[in-house]
Order: sequence, then C-alpha cells, then structure tokens
Amino acid sequence: MNVISLDSIFGLGEMKSQPAPEASGCTTSSCGSSDGPSDMAPEVWEKVKNHPCYSEEAHHYYARMHVAVAPACNIQCNYCNRKYDCANESRPGVVSEKLTAEQAVRKVLAVAAEIPQLSVVGIAGPGDSLAAGAKQTIQTFEQLSQLAPDIKLCLSTNGLALPDYVDRLKGLNIDHVTITINMVDPEVGQHIYPWIFHDHKRWTGIEASRILHERQMLGLEMLRDAGILAKINSVMIPGINDEHLLDVNREVKARGAFLHNIMPLISDAAHGTHFGLTGQRGPTAKELKALQDKCEGDMKLMRHCRQCRADAVGLLGEDRGDEFTAEKVMQMDVDLDGGGFTKRETYREHVEAERALRHESKAAAIAEVAHMAGEKPILIAVATKGGERINEHFGHAKEFQIYEVNAEGAKFVGHRRVDLYCEGGSGDEDGLGTIIQAINDCVAVFVAKIGGCPSKSLEEAGIDPVDRFAFEYIEESALAYYADYSAQLSSGSIVEKIGADAVIRQGAYTSKRA
Amino acid sequence: MALKILKNDCTVCGACEAECPNEAISFKKGTYVIDPVKCTECQGQFDAPQCAAVCPADCCVAA
Ligand code: SF4
Ligand code: SF4
Ligand code: SF4
Repeated sequence: MNVISLDSIFGLGEMKSQPAPEASGCTTSSCGSSDGPSDMAPEVWEKVKNHPCYSEEAHHYYARMHVAVAPACNIQCNYCNRKYDCANESRPGVVSEKLTAEQAVRKVLAVAAEIPQLSVVGIAGPGDSLAAGAKQTIQTFEQLSQLAPDIKLCLSTNGLALPDYVDRLKGLNIDHVTITINMVDPEVGQHIYPWIFHDHKRWTGIEASRILHERQMLGLEMLRDAGILAKINSVMIPGINDEHLLDVNREVKARGAFLHNIMPLISDAAHGTHFGLTGQRGPTAKELKALQDKCEGDMKLMRHCRQCRADAVGLLGEDRGDEFTAEKVMQMDVDLDGGGFTKRETYREHVEAERALRHESKAAAIAEVAHMAGEKPILIAVATKGGERINEHFGHAKEFQIYEVNAEGAKFVGHRRVDLYCEGGSGDEDGLGTIIQAINDCVAVFVAKIGGCPSKSLEEAGIDPVDRFAFEYIEESALAYYADYSAQLSSGSIVEKIGADAVIRQGAYTSKRA
Repeated sequence: MALKILKNDCTVCGACEAECPNEAISFKKGTYVIDPVKCTECQGQFDAPQCAAVCPADCCVAA
C-alpha cells in the first residue's frame, strides 16, 4: 500500500498565506459563501456541508464517487436510450462498468484508501437505483454503512418505486435522496415519458405520467416525514417543460425539498434517444441560467452538478474511474476495515480550518466593492482543479467554472465543459474555438497560466485572459477584477460586452469512451 | 408456451429477471435467457407477460 504524502493531498494549489482580513467581522447580511449557513437551516447545512454534490464550497475540497450497481429501470424517458446509462444524472451516451454489490463495496474501500478527499458514495444507476427490487443498491449500502461509517451515502431515483423504500432507507442511515422530477402535470409528462412499469403493468400515455407524478410527490413527502433530505433534479427541455419547471420548483419546495438542480437536456442524434432522433434541442447557456435565476428565489439551486458518469470517481471535473475498474479492485489488497479512515480524518480537519479562514477573507473582499452596489454584474470563467483557487493552466482545463460577480460577491453559477467528447467525430471543431464558444458570455477567463496564441484569440473574442491572480482564491480575485473592470468601463478604456451567449457542450464527462 | 429474449437487442439490464414470477430468467454467459420449461407466459398470474412489459428494449418475444 503506498502512502500519499500530505503535500500531495493538500497540493491543490500553492498555499499562500492569506493576509489577515480586516477585523471587521461580517459587514453584509449575506455573510459567508452563497450556500453557507446564512441561507440554509443549520441542521441541513450540518448534513450537506461536506457533500460535494450539494455544497458548492465542498465541491472544491471533497471527492465523490458513484458505483454503477443498478442497471435496470422501471420507466422510459424520451431523453434516454437504454443501451447507455440513465441520462437523469449521468451524461447520456455513456456506458459505465456495471458492478455487483460485492465489487462495489471493494471499489469504494479501495478508493477511500487512495483518495482521502472521498466523502460521499452515491448510486445513480446506470438505470434506476430502486428498480428491480433495489437489491444491489440496498446490499451495497448495508455493507458500506458498516464498513466505512464516516462516508455519506446517497442515491438518485426517478421516484416511481421510492414510496416502497423510504422506510428501508431510513434504517440504512441514508440522509440524501435525489429525485428526478421533470413535471408536475401529466399533460406535460406525456411528452417526456412514453411508458412506465408499475404494479405489474406497463402504463402509457397520460395515465403513466399521472401515476409517476403521484408516486414522486408521495415519495417526496415521505422523505420529508422521515427526516431524509431530498434534492430534486430537473432536465430542462425547451418547448416542453422549460416554463413548467417554475411550477415544479414551487411544488417541490412546498414539500420540503432543500435543493433544486436544473440540468440542460443533452440531446444528440448519435445517442439514439427519442429526443435526439426527433431533433429536440437542449437549452443554450443563457436560457439555462435565466431559468435557474427565476427558480432560485429563497430555495437553493444547485448549479454545479456535472451530470457525471454513473461510475465517476474524483474531485470536481476529474474522473479517476479507470484506476479502479472491477478487475483492478478485485486484485487490490483492500483494507476492508474502514479503508484509510485516519487519513480521511486528517484531511477533513485541515479543510475545516482552511474554510473557516476563507469565510473571513471573502467577507473582507466583499467590503472592498461595497461602493459599487447597483452596478451590472459580469461573468468570469475560471480554470481550477479545486481548493477554490485559480490553479489550472488554460490549456489543461477540461471545464471552466463560471462566476457571476457584483457588489454582493462572486457567486458560482455553473460550469462549462470543454473536453472534446467525440473523438474522431466532427473533426472540424478546433479546440480553442470550442472553448471560446463555451465561455463566450464571460468578460474574462482566469487561469494559472496561458500561452500567447490562445491569449490573442481570446482577446479578439472579447474575453480578457487573466493570469495575474494565478494560485489565488477565486472569489477574492473575481471581486478585485470587478472593481478594476468597472473603473475601466467608466473611464472609457474598455467597452461593455453585450448580448453574447454560450454553447452548452454535449457529451460524456471524459473523452475516454467506455 | 414460452417467451424468449432476442439476444442482440438485450441491454443486459436484468429488469426482466426481477419481475418474473417463476424464476424462469437467469443470467448465463453474458446475457439473460428464459428457461422455456419454467416460463408460463405469466398466464394465470398476470394480465401480461411481466418480462415483456418491463423490458426497455422490447426484446422479450414469443418463442
Ligand atoms: S452527477 Fe451531479 S450530483 Fe452526482 S456526483 Fe456528479 S455533480 Fe454530484
Ligand atoms: S413471460 Fe412471465 S414467466 Fe415467462 S419469462 Fe417472462 S416473466 Fe417469466
Ligand atoms: S429487460 Fe429486456 S433488455 Fe433488460 S435484460 Fe431483460 S431482456 Fe434484456
């Protein structure tokens, strides 16, 4: 067993000593991170703060993994082709390695020993985690809750079978469940779900959606009553449920869901889905953001979900799944008792200390731009590999994180993948052009380093390439940039960029094809 | 009187195996197969063959 040095664990960026923030404490009402304690009940925050799927901040420090133990499904969605993984959470067009419960448990323990950032294990497919009697899902969770009790467990489901399992899940100490809800009106649902299998029968048409809707709402209420947190995923399908998702947002909020995650439809004829074949398009970046902004209200919206592969392993955009295939983990010498618990504990303590400092320095940076209240926000793209720092080279970035910056702070609003999914596909796309399209609505891109050529093309496209904040914290840098930008705008040395939209990249998370 | 699985269309999801009331479906050599001796086409048990009703690939068909 090789030992990871703490340096490499913590080497998310060069650790620079933070200048001590002005001892002013918290001056604005929205203290802390956008999903910190200020807008979430303390007991909920306690449950989600280290969950990389639910807290944006935790996304930077903690890793998640999915194990693909549930290949069967009990409904058909028009954005899904069952030859591939479920498109609810995973990227469509991906095939994950299916595992038995026994293989999954070994895989989790092997990963936990290698990657101390690991804090959550989920089951999101490749089909529905609760279909076909939920046998593999429950068996996997039963064993993990005994062998590695410090790791959080969560699952995703379409909700059809959920009411049958809530009691069971309670006993397994699972505190997070994700339900994919795309409609609260069967009239809308019939255009999304051609059929469901329920109570020993295949249902079609409006009846199918009516049953699915009732089961989803019942399941959600049962979760609330059982004290299990519920997150809702919705797939935004322009022309079918885009405006309707406002109703979904209202209904799920009323039933106690704590997060709502709106994801773009990914639709490509090559995936062979109904929507792909009929030319149903997905939303543009601007359409997606506009809907997310409208839904936000006082309920947290989750914007960092990457629709990972159902067997993804890692931090942020990374996927180390290939190092832990079933074949490899069955050969590894796995510590079946806790899987490197001490190392994880050390890492967690370190991160807690760093995050406490961060809340103070963010508040100080916000105080610096307080005089700019009311000015227009800007979008900034950031190349990062975690730790809330600008620590990735432009050319190595597989995705960019998008921050919206105004006088109230720098808020994470989404990420744009730029990895080329389609190897040997449409080869006419050049990499740089793709990146520019993906972040075209931003005024700047923050990187640790960038070459002269891409810099020039970015400038021509009206995106300022910025490397002067290399290895600094993202939010503080974004605020400093915002102050400069607005000063330059008012002095007339730069012109405002108006009306640009960006393209949402299609395809699987990594360029590797299974 | 039995159903069979069209191997080429099967996605190997196992949904049918979980629904069969007679344990007629099993996983053999990388694919799911129906044992024609055990399969009753679900007659007397359900209105429709369960495997065909749940199969996403519509590949459980009359043998
Ligand atoms: S699919 Fe979304 S919710 Fe699941 S691990 Fe990835 S980012 Fe988190
Ligand atoms: S028809 Fe019924 S009995 Fe026959 S294999 Fe299918 S589910 Fe089993
Ligand atoms: S339900 Fe259909 S696709 Fe799935 S394993 Fe059975 S026959 Fe194959």
